[in-house]
Amino acid sequence: MTTLLNVKDLRAYYGQVQALHGLSFSLNEGSLVTLLGANGAGKTTTLRAICNMVRSTGGIEFDGKPLNNRSTESIVRFGIAHVPQGRGTFTTMTVEENLQLGAITRKDSAGIVSDIERMYAHFPVLKQRHTQQAGTLSGGEQQMLAVARALMLRPRLMLLDEPSFGLAPLVVRDLFGILGKINREDKVSILVVEQNAQLALELADQAYVIETGRIVMSGNAKDIANNEEIRKSYLGY
Amino acid sequence: MELFTNQVLAGIATGAIYACMALAVVMIYQAIDHLNFAQGEMAMFSTFISWQLMQWGVPYWAAFVITLAFSFVAGIAIERILFKPLTKAPVLTNVAGFIALFAIINSSAGLIWDFTIKQYPTPFGSAPFLGSQLISTHQAGMIGVTVLLLLGLYFFFQYTRIGLAMRAAASVPESARLVGINTSWMIALGWGMATAIGSIAGMLIAPVVFLEPNMMGGVLIYGFAAAVLGGLSSPFGAVVGGFLVGVFENLAGTYIPGVGNELKLPIALALIISVLVVKPAGLFGRHIVKRV
Repeated sequence: MTTLLNVKDLRAYYGQVQALHGLSFSLNEGSLVTLLGANGAGKTTTLRAICNMVRSTGGIEFDGKPLNNRSTESIVRFGIAHVPQGRGTFTTMTVEENLQLGAITRKDSAGIVSDIERMYAHFPVLKQRHTQQAGTLSGGEQQMLAVARALMLRPRLMLLDEPSFGLAPLVVRDLFGILGKINREDKVSILVVEQNAQLALELADQAYVIETGRIVMSGNAKDIANNEEIRKSYLGY
Repeated sequence: MELFTNQVLAGIATGAIYACMALAVVMIYQAIDHLNFAQGEMAMFSTFISWQLMQWGVPYWAAFVITLAFSFVAGIAIERILFKPLTKAPVLTNVAGFIALFAIINSSAGLIWDFTIKQYPTPFGSAPFLGSQLISTHQAGMIGVTVLLLLGLYFFFQYTRIGLAMRAAASVPESARLVGINTSWMIALGWGMATAIGSIAGMLIAPVVFLEPNMMGGVLIYGFAAAVLGGLSSPFGAVVGGFLVGVFENLAGTYIPGVGNELKLPIALALIISVLVVKPAGLFGRHIVKRV
Protein backbone atom coordinates (compact mmCIF):
# COMPACT_ATOMS: atom_id res chain seq x y z
CA MET A 1 0.00 0.00 0.00
CA THR A 2 1.33 3.42 -0.93
CA THR A 3 1.44 6.35 1.39
CA LEU A 4 -0.88 9.13 0.20
CA LEU A 5 -0.37 11.71 2.91
CA ASN A 6 2.78 11.97 4.95
CA VAL A 7 3.07 14.55 7.71
CA LYS A 8 6.42 14.99 9.40
CA ASP A 9 7.33 17.06 12.43
CA LEU A 10 4.43 19.48 11.89
CA ARG A 11 4.47 22.61 14.03
CA ALA A 12 1.69 25.16 13.75
CA TYR A 13 1.25 28.62 15.25
CA TYR A 14 -1.60 31.03 15.96
CA GLY A 15 0.29 34.30 16.27
CA GLN A 16 2.87 33.62 19.00
CA VAL A 17 1.06 30.59 20.36
CA GLN A 18 2.31 27.22 19.21
CA ALA A 19 -0.57 24.77 18.73
CA LEU A 20 1.22 21.76 17.26
CA HIS A 21 4.54 20.54 18.61
CA GLY A 22 6.14 18.28 16.01
CA LEU A 23 3.35 16.01 14.94
CA SER A 24 3.98 13.12 12.53
CA PHE A 25 1.59 10.68 10.96
CA SER A 26 0.76 9.13 7.63
CA LEU A 27 -2.23 7.90 5.71
CA ASN A 28 -2.25 5.09 3.16
CA GLU A 29 -4.05 5.38 -0.16
CA GLY A 30 -7.62 4.13 0.20
CA SER A 31 -7.63 4.02 3.98
CA LEU A 32 -9.82 5.75 6.52
CA VAL A 33 -7.83 7.31 9.32
CA THR A 34 -9.12 9.11 12.37
CA LEU A 35 -7.45 11.69 14.56
CA LEU A 36 -8.81 11.60 18.09
CA GLY A 37 -8.27 13.81 21.07
CA ALA A 38 -9.88 16.16 23.54
CA ASN A 39 -10.93 19.75 22.90
CA GLY A 40 -7.95 21.93 22.07
CA ALA A 41 -5.63 18.99 21.40
CA GLY A 42 -4.83 20.29 17.91
CA LYS A 43 -7.02 18.13 15.68
CA THR A 44 -8.61 20.99 13.75
CA THR A 45 -5.27 22.77 13.56
CA THR A 46 -3.74 19.69 11.94
CA LEU A 47 -6.35 19.70 9.19
CA ARG A 48 -6.02 23.46 8.73
CA ALA A 49 -2.24 23.14 8.49
CA ILE A 50 -2.56 20.53 5.73
CA CYS A 51 -4.58 23.07 3.69
CA ASN A 52 -2.26 25.93 4.65
CA MET A 53 -4.92 27.85 6.53
CA VAL A 54 -2.68 28.32 9.53
CA ARG A 55 1.05 29.14 9.70
CA SER A 56 3.07 25.96 10.04
CA THR A 57 6.50 24.40 9.57
CA GLY A 58 7.49 20.81 8.90
CA GLY A 59 6.89 18.46 6.03
CA ILE A 60 3.52 17.75 4.46
CA GLU A 61 3.69 15.49 1.43
CA PHE A 62 0.74 14.45 -0.68
CA ASP A 63 1.39 11.63 -3.13
CA GLY A 64 5.10 12.38 -2.83
CA LYS A 65 4.71 16.10 -3.58
CA PRO A 66 5.34 18.73 -0.91
CA LEU A 67 2.32 20.90 -0.05
CA ASN A 68 4.10 23.47 2.07
CA ASN A 69 3.89 27.11 0.98
CA ARG A 70 1.15 26.47 -1.52
CA SER A 71 -2.05 28.49 -1.32
CA THR A 72 -5.18 26.83 0.05
CA GLU A 73 -6.91 26.98 -3.33
CA SER A 74 -4.02 25.31 -5.15
CA ILE A 75 -3.83 22.53 -2.55
CA VAL A 76 -7.50 21.80 -3.27
CA ARG A 77 -6.55 21.26 -6.90
CA PHE A 78 -4.35 18.31 -5.87
CA GLY A 79 -7.60 16.53 -5.02
CA ILE A 80 -7.84 17.32 -1.33
CA ALA A 81 -11.35 18.22 -0.22
CA HIS A 82 -11.70 19.76 3.22
CA VAL A 83 -15.03 19.78 5.04
CA PRO A 84 -14.37 22.40 7.69
CA GLN A 85 -15.73 22.63 11.19
CA GLY A 86 -19.12 24.33 11.01
CA ARG A 87 -19.55 22.82 7.52
CA GLY A 88 -18.70 25.97 5.57
CA THR A 89 -22.06 26.00 3.80
CA PHE A 90 -22.73 28.79 1.29
CA THR A 91 -25.89 29.62 3.18
CA THR A 92 -27.32 32.20 0.77
CA MET A 93 -27.04 29.93 -2.24
CA THR A 94 -29.16 27.01 -3.28
CA VAL A 95 -28.29 23.40 -2.53
CA GLU A 96 -27.51 22.79 -6.19
CA GLU A 97 -25.26 25.85 -6.40
CA ASN A 98 -23.37 24.54 -3.38
CA LEU A 99 -22.76 21.28 -5.23
CA GLN A 100 -21.66 23.11 -8.37
CA LEU A 101 -19.22 25.11 -6.30
CA GLY A 102 -17.68 21.86 -5.07
CA ALA A 103 -16.80 21.10 -8.69
CA ILE A 104 -15.76 24.62 -9.61
CA THR A 105 -12.18 23.56 -10.43
CA ARG A 106 -13.32 20.80 -12.79
CA LYS A 107 -13.67 21.29 -16.53
CA ASP A 108 -15.78 18.26 -17.50
CA SER A 109 -19.30 19.67 -17.48
CA ALA A 110 -20.94 16.34 -18.38
CA GLY A 111 -19.13 14.65 -15.49
CA ILE A 112 -20.28 17.40 -13.13
CA VAL A 113 -23.92 16.91 -14.12
CA SER A 114 -23.74 13.15 -13.60
CA ASP A 115 -21.90 13.62 -10.28
CA ILE A 116 -24.66 15.90 -9.02
CA GLU A 117 -27.13 13.10 -9.79
CA ARG A 118 -24.84 10.66 -7.97
CA MET A 119 -24.87 12.91 -4.90
CA TYR A 120 -28.66 13.06 -5.02
CA ALA A 121 -28.64 9.27 -5.03
CA HIS A 122 -26.31 9.19 -2.00
CA PHE A 123 -28.33 11.88 -0.21
CA PRO A 124 -31.96 11.84 -1.41
CA VAL A 125 -32.90 14.69 0.93
CA LEU A 126 -30.62 17.02 -1.05
CA LYS A 127 -32.53 16.25 -4.23
CA GLN A 128 -35.81 17.16 -2.57
CA ARG A 129 -34.32 20.48 -1.55
CA HIS A 130 -32.10 21.28 -4.51
CA THR A 131 -33.60 24.73 -5.16
CA GLN A 132 -33.79 25.64 -1.50
CA GLN A 133 -31.44 28.14 0.14
CA ALA A 134 -28.77 25.99 1.81
CA GLY A 135 -28.95 28.01 5.03
CA THR A 136 -32.48 26.74 5.61
CA LEU A 137 -31.38 23.09 5.79
CA SER A 138 -31.17 21.37 9.17
CA GLY A 139 -27.77 20.74 10.71
CA GLY A 140 -27.70 17.13 9.55
CA GLU A 141 -28.75 18.06 6.03
CA GLN A 142 -26.09 20.75 5.92
CA GLN A 143 -23.48 18.19 6.95
CA MET A 144 -24.65 15.89 4.16
CA LEU A 145 -24.44 18.84 1.78
CA ALA A 146 -20.91 19.61 2.98
CA VAL A 147 -19.81 16.02 2.37
CA ALA A 148 -21.51 15.99 -1.03
CA ARG A 149 -19.91 19.32 -1.92
CA ALA A 150 -16.49 17.91 -1.03
CA LEU A 151 -17.12 14.79 -3.12
CA MET A 152 -18.00 16.94 -6.14
CA LEU A 153 -14.27 17.67 -6.40
CA ARG A 154 -13.73 13.94 -7.06
CA PRO A 155 -11.13 14.11 -4.34
CA ARG A 156 -8.41 11.57 -3.66
CA LEU A 157 -8.39 12.59 -0.03
CA MET A 158 -11.20 13.99 2.04
CA LEU A 159 -10.52 15.83 5.30
CA LEU A 160 -13.47 15.92 7.67
CA ASP A 161 -13.52 18.11 10.75
CA GLU A 162 -15.91 16.75 13.38
CA PRO A 163 -18.71 15.67 11.08
CA SER A 164 -20.75 14.50 14.07
CA PHE A 165 -20.75 17.91 15.76
CA GLY A 166 -24.22 19.06 16.78
CA LEU A 167 -26.01 16.19 15.08
CA ALA A 168 -28.55 13.78 16.55
CA PRO A 169 -27.09 10.29 17.21
CA LEU A 170 -29.20 8.67 14.52
CA VAL A 171 -28.13 11.21 11.93
CA VAL A 172 -24.51 10.62 12.92
CA ARG A 173 -24.92 6.84 12.37
CA ASP A 174 -26.37 7.55 8.95
CA LEU A 175 -23.61 9.93 8.02
CA PHE A 176 -20.84 7.62 9.15
CA GLY A 177 -22.43 4.78 7.20
CA ILE A 178 -22.28 6.92 4.07
CA LEU A 179 -18.66 7.90 4.78
CA GLY A 180 -17.70 4.22 5.03
CA LYS A 181 -19.47 3.52 1.77
CA ILE A 182 -17.73 6.40 0.01
CA ASN A 183 -14.40 5.14 1.29
CA ARG A 184 -14.99 1.57 0.09
CA GLU A 185 -16.86 2.16 -3.15
CA ASP A 186 -15.46 5.43 -4.47
CA LYS A 187 -11.94 4.69 -3.20
CA VAL A 188 -11.70 8.08 -1.52
CA SER A 189 -9.14 8.15 1.29
CA ILE A 190 -10.53 9.84 4.37
CA LEU A 191 -8.92 11.61 7.30
CA VAL A 192 -11.56 12.34 9.92
CA VAL A 193 -11.16 14.32 13.10
CA GLU A 194 -13.58 13.33 15.83
CA GLN A 195 -14.46 13.79 19.45
CA ASN A 196 -16.90 10.91 19.23
CA ALA A 197 -14.08 8.37 19.55
CA GLN A 198 -16.23 5.28 19.84
CA LEU A 199 -17.97 5.84 16.55
CA ALA A 200 -14.85 6.97 14.73
CA LEU A 201 -12.94 3.86 15.86
CA GLU A 202 -15.69 1.60 14.54
CA LEU A 203 -15.36 3.20 11.15
CA ALA A 204 -11.61 3.76 10.80
CA ASP A 205 -8.77 1.45 9.81
CA GLN A 206 -6.11 3.42 11.59
CA ALA A 207 -6.23 5.85 14.50
CA TYR A 208 -3.98 8.47 16.00
CA VAL A 209 -4.54 10.07 19.39
CA ILE A 210 -3.43 13.68 19.82
CA GLU A 211 -2.79 15.40 23.10
CA THR A 212 -1.63 19.03 23.38
CA GLY A 213 -0.27 19.12 19.86
CA ARG A 214 1.56 15.78 19.86
CA ILE A 215 0.70 12.27 18.76
CA VAL A 216 0.61 10.17 21.93
CA MET A 217 -0.76 6.95 20.52
CA SER A 218 -1.26 5.33 17.17
CA GLY A 219 -2.28 2.00 15.76
CA ASN A 220 -4.95 -0.15 14.31
CA ALA A 221 -8.38 1.27 15.12
CA LYS A 222 -9.70 -2.07 16.40
CA ASP A 223 -6.73 -2.53 18.73
CA ILE A 224 -7.16 0.93 20.20
CA ALA A 225 -10.88 0.39 20.64
CA ASN A 226 -10.20 -2.88 22.44
CA ASN A 227 -7.52 -1.53 24.73
CA GLU A 228 -9.35 -0.45 27.85
CA GLU A 229 -6.40 1.44 29.30
CA ILE A 230 -6.03 3.69 26.27
CA ARG A 231 -9.75 4.20 26.08
CA LYS A 232 -9.97 5.28 29.69
CA SER A 233 -6.93 7.52 29.79
CA TYR A 234 -7.21 9.25 26.41
CA LEU A 235 -10.63 8.76 24.94
CA GLY A 236 -12.84 8.99 27.98
CA TYR A 237 -15.30 6.21 27.36
CA MET B 1 -50.60 65.17 -14.38
CA GLU B 2 -48.27 65.62 -17.32
CA LEU B 3 -45.77 67.35 -15.06
CA PHE B 4 -45.95 64.44 -12.65
CA THR B 5 -45.42 61.79 -15.38
CA ASN B 6 -42.64 63.87 -16.83
CA GLN B 7 -40.87 64.14 -13.46
CA VAL B 8 -41.27 60.42 -12.75
CA LEU B 9 -39.80 59.45 -16.13
CA ALA B 10 -36.94 61.91 -15.75
CA GLY B 11 -36.42 60.45 -12.27
CA ILE B 12 -36.23 56.94 -13.67
CA ALA B 13 -33.65 58.11 -16.21
CA THR B 14 -31.31 59.66 -13.63
CA GLY B 15 -32.27 56.84 -11.28
CA ALA B 16 -30.73 54.44 -13.80
CA ILE B 17 -27.42 56.22 -13.33
CA TYR B 18 -27.73 56.13 -9.54
CA ALA B 19 -28.54 52.45 -9.85
CA CYS B 20 -25.30 51.85 -11.77
CA MET B 21 -23.26 53.78 -9.21
CA ALA B 22 -24.98 52.02 -6.33
CA LEU B 23 -24.37 48.67 -7.96
CA ALA B 24 -20.67 49.47 -8.41
CA VAL B 25 -20.43 50.52 -4.76
CA VAL B 26 -22.24 47.39 -3.58
CA MET B 27 -20.08 45.08 -5.68
CA ILE B 28 -16.92 46.39 -4.07
CA TYR B 29 -18.57 46.50 -0.65
CA GLN B 30 -19.52 42.85 -0.99
CA ALA B 31 -15.99 41.91 -1.95
CA ILE B 32 -13.97 43.88 0.62
CA ASP B 33 -16.47 45.29 3.14
CA HIS B 34 -15.51 48.90 2.46
CA LEU B 35 -17.31 51.76 0.73
CA ASN B 36 -15.38 53.00 -2.26
CA PHE B 37 -15.47 56.79 -1.87
CA ALA B 38 -13.50 57.11 -5.11
CA GLN B 39 -16.08 55.27 -7.22
CA GLY B 40 -17.37 58.54 -8.68
CA GLU B 41 -13.92 59.86 -9.48
CA MET B 42 -13.01 56.61 -11.19
CA ALA B 43 -16.15 56.95 -13.31
CA MET B 44 -15.31 60.58 -14.06
CA PHE B 45 -11.79 59.67 -15.17
CA SER B 46 -13.14 56.95 -17.44
CA THR B 47 -15.56 59.45 -18.94
CA PHE B 48 -12.66 61.79 -19.69
CA ILE B 49 -10.84 58.93 -21.41
CA SER B 50 -13.83 58.37 -23.69
CA TRP B 51 -14.07 62.13 -24.34
CA GLN B 52 -10.37 62.26 -25.22
CA LEU B 53 -10.79 59.33 -27.60
CA MET B 54 -13.64 61.13 -29.32
CA GLN B 55 -11.54 64.29 -29.53
CA TRP B 56 -9.02 62.16 -31.42
CA GLY B 57 -11.74 61.18 -33.85
CA VAL B 58 -12.80 57.78 -32.49
CA PRO B 59 -16.56 57.22 -33.08
CA TYR B 60 -18.84 57.25 -30.02
CA TRP B 61 -19.53 53.53 -29.62
CA ALA B 62 -15.93 52.54 -30.32
CA ALA B 63 -14.82 55.02 -27.65
CA PHE B 64 -17.49 53.58 -25.34
CA VAL B 65 -16.18 50.03 -25.72
CA ILE B 66 -12.51 51.02 -25.43
CA THR B 67 -13.35 52.98 -22.28
CA LEU B 68 -15.13 49.96 -20.81
CA ALA B 69 -12.06 47.82 -21.42
CA PHE B 70 -9.75 50.50 -20.03
CA SER B 71 -11.90 50.88 -16.91
CA PHE B 72 -12.00 47.14 -16.33
CA VAL B 73 -8.22 46.86 -16.47
CA ALA B 74 -7.71 50.03 -14.44
CA GLY B 75 -10.06 48.75 -11.72
CA ILE B 76 -8.09 45.53 -11.45
CA ALA B 77 -4.82 47.47 -11.37
CA ILE B 78 -6.07 49.74 -8.56
CA GLU B 79 -7.09 46.71 -6.51
CA ARG B 80 -3.79 44.89 -7.08
CA ILE B 81 -1.58 47.90 -6.39
CA LEU B 82 -3.43 49.85 -3.71
CA PHE B 83 -6.02 47.71 -1.92
CA LYS B 84 -4.65 44.16 -2.01
CA PRO B 85 -1.80 45.22 0.30
CA LEU B 86 -4.44 46.75 2.63
CA THR B 87 -6.52 43.57 2.92
CA LYS B 88 -5.68 43.01 6.57
CA ALA B 89 -5.27 46.68 7.46
CA PRO B 90 -7.71 48.42 9.83
CA VAL B 91 -10.82 50.16 8.50
CA LEU B 92 -9.38 53.66 8.79
CA THR B 93 -6.33 52.73 6.74
CA ASN B 94 -8.65 51.63 3.99
CA VAL B 95 -10.70 54.81 4.29
CA ALA B 96 -7.49 56.81 3.97
CA GLY B 97 -6.66 54.77 0.88
CA PHE B 98 -10.00 55.59 -0.71
CA ILE B 99 -9.66 59.28 0.07
CA ALA B 100 -6.14 59.30 -1.35
CA LEU B 101 -7.42 57.60 -4.48
CA PHE B 102 -10.21 60.18 -4.72
CA ALA B 103 -7.76 63.07 -4.46
CA ILE B 104 -5.23 61.55 -6.85
CA ILE B 105 -7.76 60.85 -9.58
CA ASN B 106 -9.55 64.17 -9.18
CA SER B 107 -6.33 66.18 -9.35
CA SER B 108 -4.89 64.14 -12.21
CA ALA B 109 -8.02 64.75 -14.26
CA GLY B 110 -7.77 68.46 -13.48
CA LEU B 111 -4.10 68.45 -14.42
CA ILE B 112 -4.62 66.62 -17.71
CA TRP B 113 -7.92 68.11 -18.87
CA ASP B 114 -8.27 71.22 -16.62
CA PHE B 115 -11.38 72.18 -14.68
CA THR B 116 -13.40 73.94 -17.35
CA ILE B 117 -16.78 72.47 -18.20
CA LYS B 118 -16.89 70.49 -21.43
CA GLN B 119 -19.75 69.44 -23.65
CA TYR B 120 -20.17 65.69 -23.88
CA PRO B 121 -22.01 64.12 -26.82
CA THR B 122 -24.97 61.81 -26.63
CA PRO B 123 -25.34 59.01 -29.16
CA PHE B 124 -29.10 59.09 -28.76
CA GLY B 125 -29.75 62.74 -29.55
CA SER B 126 -31.98 64.90 -27.40
CA ALA B 127 -35.15 65.02 -29.46
CA PRO B 128 -38.45 64.06 -27.82
CA PHE B 129 -38.60 60.28 -27.51
CA LEU B 130 -41.11 58.75 -29.98
CA GLY B 131 -42.63 62.17 -30.49
CA SER B 132 -43.57 62.43 -26.83
CA GLN B 133 -42.67 65.51 -24.83
CA LEU B 134 -42.46 63.42 -21.66
CA ILE B 135 -38.96 62.08 -22.10
CA SER B 136 -35.99 62.76 -24.39
CA THR B 137 -34.24 60.16 -26.51
CA HIS B 138 -31.13 60.50 -24.36
CA GLN B 139 -33.11 59.80 -21.21
CA ALA B 140 -34.68 56.80 -22.91
CA GLY B 141 -31.19 55.71 -23.96
CA MET B 142 -29.94 56.00 -20.36
CA ILE B 143 -32.73 53.71 -19.21
CA GLY B 144 -32.23 51.32 -22.11
CA VAL B 145 -28.48 50.91 -21.67
CA THR B 146 -28.88 50.44 -17.93
CA VAL B 147 -31.55 47.79 -18.36
CA LEU B 148 -29.35 45.91 -20.85
CA LEU B 149 -26.43 46.15 -18.44
CA LEU B 150 -28.51 44.87 -15.54
CA LEU B 151 -29.84 41.94 -17.57
CA GLY B 152 -26.29 41.08 -18.64
CA LEU B 153 -25.04 41.19 -15.07
CA TYR B 154 -27.95 39.09 -13.84
CA PHE B 155 -27.19 36.47 -16.47
CA PHE B 156 -23.49 36.57 -15.65
CA PHE B 157 -23.90 36.08 -11.90
CA GLN B 158 -26.76 33.61 -12.10
CA TYR B 159 -25.73 31.35 -14.96
CA THR B 160 -21.97 31.39 -15.45
CA ARG B 161 -19.43 29.48 -13.43
CA ILE B 162 -17.20 32.49 -12.92
CA GLY B 163 -20.22 34.47 -11.70
CA LEU B 164 -21.02 31.67 -9.27
CA ALA B 165 -17.40 31.64 -8.09
CA MET B 166 -17.47 35.42 -7.55
CA ARG B 167 -20.65 35.17 -5.49
CA ALA B 168 -19.14 32.36 -3.45
CA ALA B 169 -15.93 34.29 -2.82
CA ALA B 170 -17.91 37.31 -1.62
CA SER B 171 -20.27 35.39 0.64
CA VAL B 172 -18.03 32.83 2.40
CA PRO B 173 -14.39 33.47 1.43
CA GLU B 174 -12.93 30.61 3.46
CA SER B 175 -15.26 28.00 1.99
CA ALA B 176 -14.63 29.45 -1.44
CA ARG B 177 -10.90 28.85 -1.02
CA LEU B 178 -11.64 25.31 0.16
CA VAL B 179 -13.39 24.48 -3.10
CA GLY B 180 -10.42 25.88 -5.01
CA ILE B 181 -11.54 29.40 -5.86
CA ASN B 182 -8.80 32.00 -6.00
CA THR B 183 -10.69 34.55 -3.90
CA SER B 184 -8.04 37.21 -4.25
CA TRP B 185 -8.50 37.32 -8.02
CA MET B 186 -12.26 37.23 -7.65
CA ILE B 187 -11.98 40.47 -5.66
CA ALA B 188 -9.83 41.99 -8.39
CA LEU B 189 -12.36 40.91 -10.99
CA GLY B 190 -15.12 42.53 -8.91
CA TRP B 191 -13.14 45.78 -8.91
CA GLY B 192 -12.72 45.59 -12.68
CA MET B 193 -16.43 45.04 -13.23
CA ALA B 194 -17.48 47.72 -10.75
CA THR B 195 -15.17 50.22 -12.42
CA ALA B 196 -16.56 49.36 -15.85
CA ILE B 197 -20.13 49.74 -14.57
CA GLY B 198 -19.20 53.11 -13.07
CA SER B 199 -17.72 54.22 -16.39
CA ILE B 200 -21.03 53.47 -18.12
CA ALA B 201 -22.80 55.63 -15.55
CA GLY B 202 -20.28 58.41 -16.14
CA MET B 203 -20.58 58.32 -19.92
CA LEU B 204 -24.40 58.31 -19.76
CA ILE B 205 -24.74 61.16 -17.28
CA ALA B 206 -21.99 63.37 -18.77
CA PRO B 207 -24.29 64.91 -21.44
CA VAL B 208 -26.64 65.93 -18.62
CA VAL B 209 -24.26 67.28 -15.97
CA PHE B 210 -21.43 68.24 -18.42
CA LEU B 211 -17.93 66.92 -18.20
CA GLU B 212 -15.58 68.24 -15.53
CA PRO B 213 -13.48 66.68 -12.74
CA ASN B 214 -16.15 67.22 -10.07
CA MET B 215 -19.07 66.02 -12.13
CA MET B 216 -19.63 62.79 -10.19
CA GLY B 217 -19.61 64.22 -6.65
CA GLY B 218 -23.37 64.63 -6.40
CA VAL B 219 -24.08 61.52 -8.44
CA LEU B 220 -22.02 59.36 -6.07
CA ILE B 221 -23.88 60.70 -3.04
CA TYR B 222 -27.15 59.70 -4.69
CA GLY B 223 -25.54 56.37 -5.49
CA PHE B 224 -24.64 55.91 -1.81
CA ALA B 225 -28.17 56.89 -0.83
CA ALA B 226 -29.50 54.31 -3.28
CA ALA B 227 -27.16 51.61 -1.99
CA VAL B 228 -28.06 52.32 1.63
CA LEU B 229 -31.77 52.48 0.83
CA GLY B 230 -31.71 49.16 -1.02
CA GLY B 231 -29.33 47.55 1.43
CA LEU B 232 -25.56 47.38 1.02
CA SER B 233 -25.67 43.60 0.98
CA SER B 234 -28.08 43.39 -1.92
CA PRO B 235 -27.15 44.20 -5.55
CA PHE B 236 -30.83 43.92 -6.45
CA GLY B 237 -31.68 46.35 -3.66
CA ALA B 238 -29.05 48.79 -4.90
CA VAL B 239 -30.68 48.87 -8.32
CA VAL B 240 -34.19 49.33 -6.95
CA GLY B 241 -32.82 51.95 -4.54
CA GLY B 242 -31.25 53.79 -7.47
CA PHE B 243 -34.53 54.13 -9.33
CA LEU B 244 -36.42 55.06 -6.14
CA VAL B 245 -33.90 57.76 -5.24
CA GLY B 246 -34.02 59.16 -8.77
CA VAL B 247 -37.80 59.45 -8.76
CA PHE B 248 -37.93 60.68 -5.16
CA GLU B 249 -35.35 63.35 -5.84
CA ASN B 250 -37.25 64.70 -8.82
CA LEU B 251 -40.66 64.68 -7.15
CA ALA B 252 -39.29 66.34 -4.01
CA GLY B 253 -37.62 69.01 -6.15
CA THR B 254 -40.88 69.68 -7.98
CA TYR B 255 -43.54 69.41 -5.33
CA ILE B 256 -41.99 70.27 -1.98
CA PRO B 257 -41.85 74.07 -1.77
CA GLY B 258 -38.42 75.48 -1.15
CA VAL B 259 -36.50 72.39 -2.23
CA GLY B 260 -36.06 73.20 -5.90
CA ASN B 261 -32.74 72.27 -7.43
CA GLU B 262 -30.62 73.68 -4.63
CA LEU B 263 -31.78 71.44 -1.79
CA LYS B 264 -31.97 68.18 -3.71
CA LEU B 265 -28.59 66.97 -2.46
CA PRO B 266 -29.35 67.45 1.26
CA ILE B 267 -32.43 65.34 0.61
CA ALA B 268 -30.20 62.47 -0.48
CA LEU B 269 -28.17 62.85 2.71
CA ALA B 270 -31.33 63.05 4.80
CA LEU B 271 -32.46 59.86 3.13
CA ILE B 272 -29.21 58.07 4.01
CA ILE B 273 -29.54 59.07 7.65
CA SER B 274 -33.24 58.19 7.88
CA VAL B 275 -32.66 54.73 6.42
CA LEU B 276 -29.72 54.08 8.72
CA VAL B 277 -31.83 55.06 11.72
CA VAL B 278 -35.08 53.33 10.79
CA LYS B 279 -33.99 50.28 8.82
CA PRO B 280 -30.20 49.90 8.87
CA ALA B 281 -30.22 46.80 6.63
CA GLY B 282 -32.08 48.73 3.92
CA LEU B 283 -35.19 47.65 2.04
CA PHE B 284 -33.66 44.47 0.65
CA GLY B 285 -30.83 43.95 3.12
CA ARG B 286 -30.21 40.29 3.49
CA HIS B 287 -32.06 38.45 6.17
CA ILE B 288 -29.93 35.35 6.37
CA VAL B 289 -32.04 32.39 7.36
CA LYS B 290 -29.85 30.21 9.49
CA ARG B 291 -30.35 27.11 11.47
CA VAL B 292 -27.72 25.70 13.73
